[in-house]
Amino acid sequence: MPDQALSRLVVLDLAENISGPYCTKLFADYGAEVIKVEKPPLGDPSRCAGPFPNDQPDIEKSGLFLFLNTGKKSITLNLESEDGSQIFKRLVKRADILVENFRPGVMASLGLDYEVLAEINPALIMTSISYFGQWGPYRDWDSSDIVAQAMGGLMGLTGEADREPLKLPLSQAEFQAGLNAAVATLSALYLRDETGDGQYIDVSLQEAVASILEASLTMYHYSGFIRERTGSRHHLQCPSRVMPAKDRLMHVQAGANWDHFSAFLEEPRLMEPRFASILRYNYADEVEELIQRRLEKRDSMELFVSGQEWRIPFALVLQIDELMGDPQHEARGFFQQIDHPMAGRLTYPGAPFKMSETPPVIRRAPLLGEQNEEVYAGTLGLSKENMIDLKEHGIT
Amino acid sequence: MTKKQDSRSAVLPKSKQALSGLRVIDLSQILAGPYATKLLADMGAEIIRVECAARSGRGGALPRMKPGGAFGASFPEGDTGKRSYNRFAYYNEVNRNKYAIALDLAKPLGADVFRKLVRISDVVIENFTPRVMKNFGLDYSVLREANPQLIMISLSGYGQDGPYRNYVTYGEGIEAMAGLSKLTAYASGEPLKPGVAYADATTGLHAAFAILAALHYRRFTGKGQYIDLAMREAVTPILGEAIMDYTINQRVATPTGNRHSTMAPHGCYRARGGGTGKKNEEDDAWIAIAISSDEEWRALCHAMGDPPWTREDKFASLSNRMLNRDELDLLIGQWTAGYDHIELMNILQTSGVKAGAVLNIEELSHNPNLNERGFFRELSHPEAGTHRYPGVSWQMSRTPGRLRLPAPCFGEHNRYVFSELLGMSDDEISRLGAEGVSASEPLPYLEA
Repeated sequence: MPDQALSRLVVLDLAENISGPYCTKLFADYGAEVIKVEKPPLGDPSRCAGPFPNDQPDIEKSGLFLFLNTGKKSITLNLESEDGSQIFKRLVKRADILVENFRPGVMASLGLDYEVLAEINPALIMTSISYFGQWGPYRDWDSSDIVAQAMGGLMGLTGEADREPLKLPLSQAEFQAGLNAAVATLSALYLRDETGDGQYIDVSLQEAVASILEASLTMYHYSGFIRERTGSRHHLQCPSRVMPAKDRLMHVQAGANWDHFSAFLEEPRLMEPRFASILRYNYADEVEELIQRRLEKRDSMELFVSGQEWRIPFALVLQIDELMGDPQHEARGFFQQIDHPMAGRLTYPGAPFKMSETPPVIRRAPLLGEQNEEVYAGTLGLSKENMIDLKEHGIT
Repeated sequence: MTKKQDSRSAVLPKSKQALSGLRVIDLSQILAGPYATKLLADMGAEIIRVECAARSGRGGALPRMKPGGAFGASFPEGDTGKRSYNRFAYYNEVNRNKYAIALDLAKPLGADVFRKLVRISDVVIENFTPRVMKNFGLDYSVLREANPQLIMISLSGYGQDGPYRNYVTYGEGIEAMAGLSKLTAYASGEPLKPGVAYADATTGLHAAFAILAALHYRRFTGKGQYIDLAMREAVTPILGEAIMDYTINQRVATPTGNRHSTMAPHGCYRARGGGTGKKNEEDDAWIAIAISSDEEWRALCHAMGDPPWTREDKFASLSNRMLNRDELDLLIGQWTAGYDHIELMNILQTSGVKAGAVLNIEELSHNPNLNERGFFRELSHPEAGTHRYPGVSWQMSRTPGRLRLPAPCFGEHNRYVFSELLGMSDDEISRLGAEGVSASEPLPYLEA
């Protein structure tokens, strides 16, 4: 196996559903040994979420789980039992990183909060993800992705001005938190590699979302301006929106040179001086109509390709099935075919970046408890009798 | 509910941060790259932005004006001021904690100075189209000669190879090409724009992770490396669930608006207008509610005062609520319309319902949770004034992130870098100015 960037790391993954598992997926895909600690008998709740083949639930066939847990090991362990808690502490002793996303207070109620674990392993980096943070007035509030998008400010900026705010598709606040957790954890690791000091990291979905509002908060602090929803339009740029070409929808932007854009579309009226600067967004209706009339006569692929000769960044509005056959994705080998003993051979999204010395490798997700023997007997040296006993008592 | 303190944090010097001692040269423009280096800067890395006078990436040197609208609002008091490029919100938010120098890499002398800087740095980040660094004579194969341990990351729209490698694009185009735009829509509706530069932020986060992963590897092996990050490839995984549904069931995802595949009710409901008299709050008050179990459904019913309709069979189970959600949403909306959205949030959260007010930017700025946790930090900028900025994205017990410095003015750190870091003489530095290789202000340029 080639050396990978994070091959030296052992990550304990208590995280469930999306945010934490996306964080630890990044660690696994770039080489870390990620041990997913799942609660028996059903494991990570995302195993019970779809999509399933033909919508038939099966904890080994959830598309969401299979995707988010590539390259990890799985053990079953009930942390609510004393034995389970002791076994977990033994694992903490040899771990570099622990990621969890229970509600704040749960780890403490299990007797496994950072103070306790840092005694066992002072070099441990423990990362907790929650909706509103580990302390503060909303700490104990429960939430979900749509609520986090609403309370992080993203939802209020998305959608039509005269309709209800719109959330981004799927679970974007969860992904943002997972990404923040991943970066925060590696930042702490940079220090630890130097000094040996572990630490505790507190990531919240609300703050993860409020961090990416594209200067909207600073605009408010600078000038009192409260941004509103602008539907399909960009709030600063014109044009920057989806428009129909002859055969499909495209995203239209002018690029760095407005004269080139006007010339390419052969629309001299776009050359009027009042349209020459960024302030043309004050005439967005007129500008977009002039563009639209040219666009709808032309084929999208032709615009996409020949626009590039003029450095015009046309983009195609693709849907999911079109991504798979995309020539650029094919040339770079982005999508990965991965076999799984229960779910079969499926196509997975590839790694988010390539590394020249330490390429990412995406391996299949584990079956529930698949590495119990390896970890309990191999790593911890538990006896066969001991393991049978733990199983019978519902601890593993 | 107090802040977690690390009892042993006294071991490290107070000024020590997680990434102290790390030096990153930042050639990136606009948002994706600068967002990555913002994350590193907040953790203590030294970021040196290298900007070009002909194209500063700061909105250009504008004539003094009060342009109005969202663009005007990007400047303090709506006024571009004498040096607009030092007052642009978009730049100043994401480039705090960084240094900036002016250096034209297209000129041989500029490229020469740049190679010297690479020699004493850990990381180079750039987001030009793939041909550009090669044209400068500064691609990885060259820079590696200058510094064999260098980590270089290139962010591009589509990647460093393949048929689209040199295609120009921005984050919005990537959202379209990744399949995100198609799904950012009301149910069965036309694609709308995510309210923020979502592809840029997502790319920036992945890029910061990539850099830190490479640094960890270098620490143990001494090996630098090259990272090729295609924005589209970094954005596609966040649609993983939809991709898996296609590969498993050949089902092509269509927009579902605020609805959820396994929760009902799940949506955004109109509340009564807020009370501050501002148009925005009067007409635009909403609450998001997500019900994931029968227990939460009963809690919602209870919070609504258990009206008779909630006991009807058509809402009794998740599958029935899914089947009848048009009617369900209507009925819930009639109840929420009677309450202020903040009041609703408090009522529902107290009742055990996952609910949150849709906060507008003003409300977010004053949100008690963000403020008590110290999310906003004040910075004084010599040309933009003193303002609050969204702060560090997460909290660390031992080495908290900090806002140490306001965003740099154009060319502000020329002297520090040329003289202190590179040891250039005054004559050599004057020559940079005289030959147009460096500058103290950008050229007048109104970016399209």
